[in-house]
Formats: sequence, C-alpha cells, structure tokens
Amino acid sequence: MTKTRIRWLLWVPLLAFLLFLGLVASGLLHPADRTIVSRLVGQKMPAIALPAASAMRPGLATGAATGTPRLVNIFASWCVPCAAEAPQLEALAKAGIVIDAVAIRDRREDVDRFLTRYGNPYRAIGSDVDSRVQLALGSSGVPETFVVDGRGIIRAQKIGEIRPEDVAELIATVRALR
Amino acid sequence: MRALVALALMLSPVAGAAQSNVPPAALSDTQLPDPAQEAQAHKLMETLRCLVCQGQSIADSDADLAGDMRALVRRRIAAGEKPEAIRAWLVQRYGNWVTYDPPLGATTWPLWALPIALLMVGVLVARGSFRRRAKP
Amino acid sequence: MIAEFGLAALWLAAALSALQLALVAFGLTGGRAALLAPVRAVAVAQGGLTLIAFVALIVLFVRVDLSVALVAANDHSMKPLLYRFAGTWGNHEGSMLLWVAVLGVAGGAVALIERRLPERTLVATLGAQAFIALGFFAFLLFASNPFARLDPAPVEGMGLNPLLQDPGLAFHPPTLYFGYVGLSVAFSFAVGALVTRDVGPAFARAMRPWVLGAWIFLTLGITAGSYWAYYELGWGGWWFWDPVENASLMPWLAATALLHSVTVLATRDGLRAWTIMLAVVAFSMSMVGTFLVRSGILTSVHAFAVDPRRGGFILALLALYIGGALALFALRVGTVREGQRFDAVSREGALVANNLLLSAILGIVLVGTLYPLGIEAVTGEKLSVGPPYFNAAAGPLALILVAIMGAGPMMRWRRDDGIAVLKRMALPVLLSVVAVVAVMLLAPGIGVLPILGLMVAAGAAVASVAPLWKRNLRRTPLFTYGMVVAHLGIAVSLAGMASEAAFTKETLVAARLGETHSVGPYRLRFDAVEPIAGENWTAIEATVTAYRGDGAGVVLHPQARAFSAPPTETSEAAIRTVWDGQLYVVLGKSDEQGRWQLRLWWKPFVTLIWAGGGLIALGGAFSLIGRVRRERRARVVETYA
Repeated sequence: MTKTRIRWLLWVPLLAFLLFLGLVASGLLHPADRTIVSRLVGQKMPAIALPAASAMRPGLATGAATGTPRLVNIFASWCVPCAAEAPQLEALAKAGIVIDAVAIRDRREDVDRFLTRYGNPYRAIGSDVDSRVQLALGSSGVPETFVVDGRGIIRAQKIGEIRPEDVAELIATVRALR
Repeated sequence: MRALVALALMLSPVAGAAQSNVPPAALSDTQLPDPAQEAQAHKLMETLRCLVCQGQSIADSDADLAGDMRALVRRRIAAGEKPEAIRAWLVQRYGNWVTYDPPLGATTWPLWALPIALLMVGVLVARGSFRRRAKP
Repeated sequence: MIAEFGLAALWLAAALSALQLALVAFGLTGGRAALLAPVRAVAVAQGGLTLIAFVALIVLFVRVDLSVALVAANDHSMKPLLYRFAGTWGNHEGSMLLWVAVLGVAGGAVALIERRLPERTLVATLGAQAFIALGFFAFLLFASNPFARLDPAPVEGMGLNPLLQDPGLAFHPPTLYFGYVGLSVAFSFAVGALVTRDVGPAFARAMRPWVLGAWIFLTLGITAGSYWAYYELGWGGWWFWDPVENASLMPWLAATALLHSVTVLATRDGLRAWTIMLAVVAFSMSMVGTFLVRSGILTSVHAFAVDPRRGGFILALLALYIGGALALFALRVGTVREGQRFDAVSREGALVANNLLLSAILGIVLVGTLYPLGIEAVTGEKLSVGPPYFNAAAGPLALILVAIMGAGPMMRWRRDDGIAVLKRMALPVLLSVVAVVAVMLLAPGIGVLPILGLMVAAGAAVASVAPLWKRNLRRTPLFTYGMVVAHLGIAVSLAGMASEAAFTKETLVAARLGETHSVGPYRLRFDAVEPIAGENWTAIEATVTAYRGDGAGVVLHPQARAFSAPPTETSEAAIRTVWDGQLYVVLGKSDEQGRWQLRLWWKPFVTLIWAGGGLIALGGAFSLIGRVRRERRARVVETYA
C-alpha cells in the first residue's frame, strides 16, 4: 500500500463534500418548481365519456378529434381559484373559443350553484366523481386548462387559474391552431 | 340521531372550503374480496406517490385524490391488470415522479451501482489497516 | 423584560465564545500559556448563559407572552401547559435556540469535567467548540432571532399544529438534539486532536464517554420519533425513508460506527484515521440534517418552515465547518502515526467490516435522499426515491452487518482462525436455520427480506448473549453487559421489523353500527359513534369492542378530531397492546349511507421494534456507566499507588 495512494484518498471526502455543496447550493438558488406537469402534452387526448355534471349542459362524450381546437377546463365547485378564473373564461367564450369542462368530485346541485353564481362559458360539462378522467389526463389539481387542437393533440397545459393577462395569449394560441 | 349529529359536526366550518362534498370512491377504502389481489394492490399502492401531498404514498394519505388513485389501482387489479402495467400507465401521465420505485434506466443506474461502488472503495481503504500475513 | 434579558444573555454568550476562540487561537499559536488558563471558565460561563437564554424563551411560551413574535405565531392560551412548554421547540427559532443551548452546555460540560487529556488538546477542543458555536450564534442572532418583539401584541396566538400537541413533542426533539449536538463534542475532539497531533488511546478513552452519551440520546430520540409517527399519523407505518427521517438516521449510523471505532483505538491503538474521520462525519451529518430540514430544498411531511435565505446561511456555516474539518483531516492525518495492525480475520477486522458496512449504508441513505435533487439539477427530470430503493439497497447490507455483529464479539483480537470462529457460531447459526424453517412451514408466502430478517435476528439474539456464556456473571464488567444488551436490542428490533413486515394483517371496511369485522385473531364489533369535546378540540369518537378467542371483550375508542386554531383534522388511533402484538384501530369518514370507514390492523410483535430501541439505549447506558466507573477506580488506584 503506497503512501501516495493513501494521500489522494484522504482528499476524497472533501471533494465529495464540495460536490454536495454545489448540488444543494444550486437547489437553493434555483428552487425546484413543485408543480407536476402532465406528460401527455404533445400526445393524443384520451377519449372521454362522462355523464352530465349539470342540468344546464350535456355531458362530455368525445373522441379525441373533434375538428375544432378547444380548451378543456378542469374545475370544481369547491375550488376557490376556479371562481377567480371564471371572468377570464367568460372572456374566452365571448371571443368564440370553445370550452369543454370536467367537474371533479362534484354533486349536481353544487355545480349548478357554481354556474349560476359565476357564469357558464362551457359547451359541455362532464362529471368526474372519482377523478378517473383527471388521472387519465395527467392532471393533478384544480383548476387546470388543456389546449387541444382539432386533431385531438394536447398542445399545452395551464396549471392554476387563468389570469386576466393570460387571456389574450390563450385566444391567440387557440386561433392559430387547426 | 347520533349519526346525524356526528355528521353535522363533521361538516362544520372546520371541514373547510377547499374540500369536495362527494364521498370517497367505492374502492378507495375497501379491500378487494380476493386476498391475493388485495395484497398485490396494497404492494403497488405503497410504492405510488400521492400527487398532492408532501411526500407520502397513496397507501398512507388521507387526500381525496390519493383515495381516487387507490380506487383506480384496486379496480384495475380486480379487472386482471398487472401491477407493473398500472404503474406504467401512471408514469406515462405523470413521469417517474409518481413512482417511489425508480425504474432502472439512464438516469437511475448510479443509484444501483452505488452500494457496490461504496463497498469496493471501503475494502480498498480497509486493506490499508490489515497486517500482511507472514509467508509460511 | 424577559425577552430582552434572554436576548442579552444570548449576545453575551456569543461574545464569550468569541473570546474563548481568541484565547485558544492566540494561546496555542504563540505559546502564551497564560492565555489558555481562563478558557475552561469561559466555556462554562458561555454554556450557562446560553442555557439561561433558553429558559427565558420557555418562560415566555408558558406565560403566552404575545408581545414576542415567535410566541404569537406558535402559542395559544387554550393550549394545555405541557404543550405550551413543549411548543418552545416546536418551531424553527425555538428549536435552533435549543440546538445552540445544547452546544453551549456540552462545551461547558467538557470544560468542567474532562481531566484526562493533555491540557493543550483539551483547550484545542474547546476552541473548536467555540468556533462552531460562534457561527450558530450568528445565525440565531442575525437570521432567526427568537426574541423579536411584535408591536402591537395580538389578542390571541396562532396556536400550534395539532399533530405536535402530543407527549411525543415534549420528548422527541430535546432527546434528538442532545444526541445531534452532543456529537459536536466528538467533532471538536477530533479537530483538537488533529491540531495538536495527539491521536492515540488516551485521546480515544477521553472521547468515548461523550460519544456514548450523545449516541444514547440519539437512539432514544429516533426510537421515540418512530413510535410517535406510528401512533399519531394513523396509517400504521413506523418508517418511511422520508428525508427528515433520513436526516436523523445518518448521524446515528456514523455515531454507531464511531462508537466501535473509538473502542478499537482505546484498547488496541488501531483505526486512528477511521476514528477521526467518523467523528468529523458524525457531527457533519447532524449539521447537514439541520440544513436539509430547514432549507426547503426537500419535500417532507416533517419539514420545518421553508426559507431559502436561512438555508443559505446554514449552508455557509456547513461549508466553513465541514469543509474546514475535512481539509484539516486531509492535511494532518497523514502525519498521524499509524497504529497497530491486525489480521483480516480478527475482532478488529470485524470492527472494520462494521465501519465499512455502516458507512456504506450511510452513503446509500445520503445519496438516495439527495438523488432527486441532483437529477433535477442536471437533467430537469423529476423522480422520486423511496422505500423500495432504500429497502432493497440498504436492507441486505444491514442484514450482513447484524450477522457480523453477532460473530464479532466471539472473535479474538489481533488474529483469529476462521474455522474456529465458525465453530463458535454453530449454535446461533443452527437457531437461525430452525427459525427460518419454522417460519416457512407455519406461515408461507412471506417476502424474502422479512424471512432473512427473522433468520438473522434469531441468530444474532443468541450470539449477542454468547459472550456471557461460561463467565462468572458477577465479575463481568458492566460495560460487557452493555455490549450484550445493546446487541440484543438490535436483534430484538430487527425481529420486530421483520415480523411487522411479514405478518401484519389489515382490514378496511365501511361498517354499519352493530356489524362485526375481523382482523388477525380479533373480531371487532362496531358499537357506537358519538361526538365529544376536549380541551381545545371536538371529535367523533367510536366505540369498538374487540374479542379474541373466548376472552372478554376489550373496548377501544378511536377518534376523528377537529382543532380550531389552526383548523386541522387529525385521527387518534385506538391501540391495544398485548404480549404478541398490537391491535390498531382507526376511524375514518362516513359515507352517504351512514356507514363509517374503519381501518383495522393486527401487527404481531411490532412493539419489539421500539423495545429493541430502548434496549440498545440501555446497553449504551450500561457501557457508559461501566467505563466511567472503571476510570474512577483506575484513578483511585493511581492516587494511592
């Protein structure tokens, strides 16, 4: 066992520590984004068949491709930020954007109450009482909005409520799709 | 009557605003009738990560979405699907983050090489302390 | 007033620690012995003042002095006295003050008690301790002041997380901190020895009781934490390889290796470099753990308040202390004279294997915990590393380690014969085989790791008691009993873990009142559900009567509790402990048809896990007392010789 080999081994712990320092320092400086993004962005939207969540709109029964680009809004009546984004959804609907919805873990009366109070920009609302469709889409919370093109490919996912400043960009994105 | 009072208490202001009123899904808190299938499902649930929790498996979480994920696992196992297929389906949608058992791949091979590497380094270091056996 | 008094005591203590460091630095380098004379006294004074500051904070919490910001954020007048008291350390600033107080008191204790070392080495140790204290004082005073005032004082405090309103909080953090921070003494000893180049058996004998003391507390703290999580969280799990749990385990692994290494150095003058390295690593792991838990870079159920700025401060301290110590190690340890050498098959060899395996497990836990962070930094991919990895990677190594633990005490020092060792191990090995066969016949269908666990546990239990065989039990030193009891504790704990993994039975039902369901050997009848109220909570309490065989029924009351400040729901499990396991019952929510969710577990021999932990700590205590008594006797003999 030569002296030189022992000598450089002695520096290994310090080097390992410096590596550790670099790693955690980068973790501190660039705090990780904790949101979980759906991996289906860029892939075909799964087919959905859900009963109506409200008396005011039909259920959501679509194959992937519907011909028109649209938004699929994941919401719930018990979700506070969903109420906050309602005006933005109204604005989008007024601009002619088609919005389908999936109501997560909701009862009919609660959905009706929500729509009456905050407006109803949706074309169809599917009732997802056990989060089946939410899981199938790779969504992990409410509210989320998926941008789907005419061929049924998911082009983008917005996690969190749609802010007023996001509206114009969303309109442009959807209009540019086919 | 008592149950009603209890129910009222449960739905009191503490069961706050951001909670669903819909009860848990059928199979989220009930076991499958076949014990072998239930054991399979349970083993899988212990290794799937709750999407909305601070570091818990879906087997250990009280969150609604975790309950729905348990129901999904049990439904599919009951329908005959293999646990690995269910895991793969979830990973396809959420990425490797959702499984606590990282698959062996380009980004995870160091995890498995590590124990062997550590032992080898350790043996190398330890040999320095050992005495050379005198030749007979 | 008290808050200002506490803050003043803290500042004064910080100033004294700066003085202590200056005295040591100038006294040692310039050869001015006169400067070294007051160092012990200064260290004691510093420890005393830090303790006073901590007591001041306790008083503020017990009195619910809402003009102090920390109290307003974490206390509540309706909280029972025990939790107002324990709430002092149930938050970042308070627990950091506890950390610093233990650091100061440990240093003061060394200054007061330690007489065996050459004065230079001792003073260098105290200097290192002061250097560490200074950094953490700065952190406390500039980035986490516990005594900051709040003006105007609010009318009521914001209460405390209900999960922490539990006797476990009163016990678990202080014990853990005595352990973590107690290891600072070993770190300082190591640095002191490197600085004065005094590494030998005398140094090891001096360091050993301090390592033992800290290790006993760490063992108790981890055991208590595991049991607390088990009965409080309501899912029957006792370890999840969560980052914060791992942060407490890593110092323990290093300290266990250090404990054994220090004995080899003390009695055989071997493993000098290992011992110094482990002493540095042990406390480094404590500091790394403190950092990980408070910086917010890892997600955990147990994590503290998240503040990257504070994280940055602690990281800077880590860089200074750990980096400095490791650099000193690399520069100086080469000049430390090599101790005695030994054969691979020998007790020293077994202890080296012990060190190796513990270090490997430590490495696996550290890398596994940090791996998601690393991969995300390099590739942006998010992944999770959890129980499946840790159990598969560390489990087999731990089993090999326990097997060596059984064989080690039966080996001779310096050189032994492999065949002879195997012959001595015949009985334990035989019992292991019998155990495995019995298990596989009586309870088929169990996983590989639990079976191996039961096998190794059976053999190790017998092997741990073997050193007492053929000995005059009244003349056996207490520290030998310590080794036997501690090793037995490991085997017992392992048996509990394996049994829980292999034989747990679980039943989940949606039950109507009056229904009976079974789990394991029990039949449970769901009798009633009613609302009740406690000091600061309301709850739904169920009455469940459990029957086993023909015996009389036992009544259990699981609860689903609701707290108001802050609004939280918790579940209080009803646990019935019998000689061969625990019945664990949890009440969940009700559904629309009036059925209640019940979770029932039968966990055979699960209590062995924590009973084993207690035995390990007890063994440590025997060893500590035994060694101290032997030292005293030796010194008395010297005096009269």
